[in-house]
Amino acid sequence: MAKHTLSVLVENRSGVLSRVAGLFSRRGFNIDSLAVGVTENLEVSRMTIVVDGDEYTVEQVSKQLNKLIDVIKIRALIPTDSVSRELALIKVNATAATRSEIVQIVEIFRAKIVDVSKNALTVEISGGTEKVAALEEMLKQFGIKEIVRTGTIAIERGNKYIKAGSTEE
Amino acid sequence: MKLTGAQALVKALELEGINTIFGYPGAAICPFYDALLDSTITHILTRNEQGAAHAASGYSRVTGKTGVCVATSGPGATNLITGIATAYSDSIPMVAITGQVSLDLIGRDVFQEVDITGATAPFCKHNYLVKDIKQLPRIIKEAFHIAATGRPGPVLIDVPFDIQTQSIDFIYPNAVDIKGYKPNYKGHPQQIKRIAEAISKSKSPVICAGGGVISAKASEIMTRLAEKCGIPVVTTLMGKGAIRGDHPLNLGMLGSHGVYAANYAVDKTDLLILIGARVGDRALGTAETIAQRAKIIHIDIDPAEIGKNVSTAIPVVGDAKLILEDLYNTIQAADTSEWICRVQELSGKKVEIDDSNSDTVNPRILISMLSKRLDEEAIMATEVGQNQIWAANNFIARKPGAFITSGGLGTMGYGLPAAIGAKLGKPESTVVVVCGDGSFQMSMPELGTLMQTGIGVKILIFNNSRLGMVRELQKNRHNGRYSQVFLDSPDFVKLAEAYGFKAEKITKDTQIEAALDRFLEDDKTYVLECVVDPEEPTN
Repeated sequence: MAKHTLSVLVENRSGVLSRVAGLFSRRGFNIDSLAVGVTENLEVSRMTIVVDGDEYTVEQVSKQLNKLIDVIKIRALIPTDSVSRELALIKVNATAATRSEIVQIVEIFRAKIVDVSKNALTVEISGGTEKVAALEEMLKQFGIKEIVRTGTIAIERGNKYIKAGSTEE
Repeated sequence: MKLTGAQALVKALELEGINTIFGYPGAAICPFYDALLDSTITHILTRNEQGAAHAASGYSRVTGKTGVCVATSGPGATNLITGIATAYSDSIPMVAITGQVSLDLIGRDVFQEVDITGATAPFCKHNYLVKDIKQLPRIIKEAFHIAATGRPGPVLIDVPFDIQTQSIDFIYPNAVDIKGYKPNYKGHPQQIKRIAEAISKSKSPVICAGGGVISAKASEIMTRLAEKCGIPVVTTLMGKGAIRGDHPLNLGMLGSHGVYAANYAVDKTDLLILIGARVGDRALGTAETIAQRAKIIHIDIDPAEIGKNVSTAIPVVGDAKLILEDLYNTIQAADTSEWICRVQELSGKKVEIDDSNSDTVNPRILISMLSKRLDEEAIMATEVGQNQIWAANNFIARKPGAFITSGGLGTMGYGLPAAIGAKLGKPESTVVVVCGDGSFQMSMPELGTLMQTGIGVKILIFNNSRLGMVRELQKNRHNGRYSQVFLDSPDFVKLAEAYGFKAEKITKDTQIEAALDRFLEDDKTYVLECVVDPEEPTN
């Protein structure tokens, strides 16, 4: 099953998130992740949705989303032509013995340590999905207490932009 | 002018050209009902809110206008849900207005409070909870716009009690501007050219007309196009009436409960032209198989329908009427005379009905005889089940909107209230509703609505003491293990008389003629119960 990233501009109103989520659930589409935030235009929010599925599924997802009155515009982002990021906070076991090794790994990944205590370190990392997964993999050996992740957000490369009224440069 | 929210709601309905609404009052919608007293709008009090929604649907289907139903909060609103979902499935334009508890009480589980906007989101085109009275005029304008444009459908407006009582300087907007809703009506010229080309090369084309042809008011242009190019037409259940029932090019209804000629045509065609049809599984369950043999053209106003259930060679998104008009001007017909001969011969073949020994009524014979007596303006509404199919396959629909039924959702209880709505929409037409004993009992209370309005609806009840369609399913798929399909009914004739209606019961085909004389004698309500063989097959 391939993953597809959709950038969806929606009206910034209460209930919109619920409508989108409801649509996915009743049509049987799989949401891998969903992130939403207001755009440069306060009346418009942008959702970045990562969908699990084949070509037919993604086409239907887009078409059904477009039917929602609150959905203004949809763009499928091409992985090679966009930048995508997610943020994770990882709380990992860290004693005096293991602390420096963990700090080294964190430096190599250019991540940050945002909290330290007697038995744990909290690491903040932002990056592409693979990078975050790789750090998680490296930290597993120490014992991960907790991971909190945001959804993926993504933006097209180059001059193009997606706006409620128009697209392109 | 300064109006309360309730008055603004009523005024907006008037400005939208609404003159008949269906509903049921309650505490949370009282201010609206008070304002209604000062209006010229006719309100029909039903006996259940579900009936109000179905009546609004029937009204809409025969008039082409947006149906309006009103209910109070809580159970009033939830009773509308089936009616709204029914309208959604069949793309009927409808605005449902519900009362809601005051804004500051929402979320506290107060008396008769439900999250109706959450509950109806899956089966509305859109819905609104009015949180600011200044938004009310815009919301109503938008709601009517959304309901009636593009692919029509139901829109719900939930109006809290305090919004109804607050005041506003009422100005009704002239236009709407919805960023996320801009339906496309004009078909892509290139695609239309491709369709014209495909038709000019096809030796055995067939048009499949769905409910969308009727919604788009494209029946006339479609018929002319079919005549110009020599293309036979089949219809889905919702498309019945899109072409005149007795038109020589009409092959009838296709699908699992359709007629042989229609299914033969679709099976053997080299070009299937779908217009305003959503490729529902009852009509076109074998769509993928057809796609392997024939080229498929899909003309629909909803882009999401294209490619959803069948792979399409030539899709065109737009209004059916506009697209067919464009097509009509450019098209060159091929020679399809051999094909037409073949399918018309099949269509003309009458199935021999051996009824000589029966002591029950043959429903097909009855519908057929009734159909012959009804005039151009007559309307037939149906319930759901075997009765629906007997009606669909034996009634000649002479105009679009002559046949109203719950196709997509198949809601039992639809028939009687929809017929009431239809009669109120077209008082000059004879309106007949065909029911089964099971389905009739689902909305029997609406006899009260019928009685109170004083209008005349002709009610046909096929009584086989069974839930017929389910019985047949159980016979075919569960080895005749019948579970809960045996139904006891009251004396329908006595019941009708209790409401002041004339009624009779017949048990033989020989009684049909005389009974129909009495049935259609005047414009008053008449209930005709016909005893039907429990083993009578659907097809």
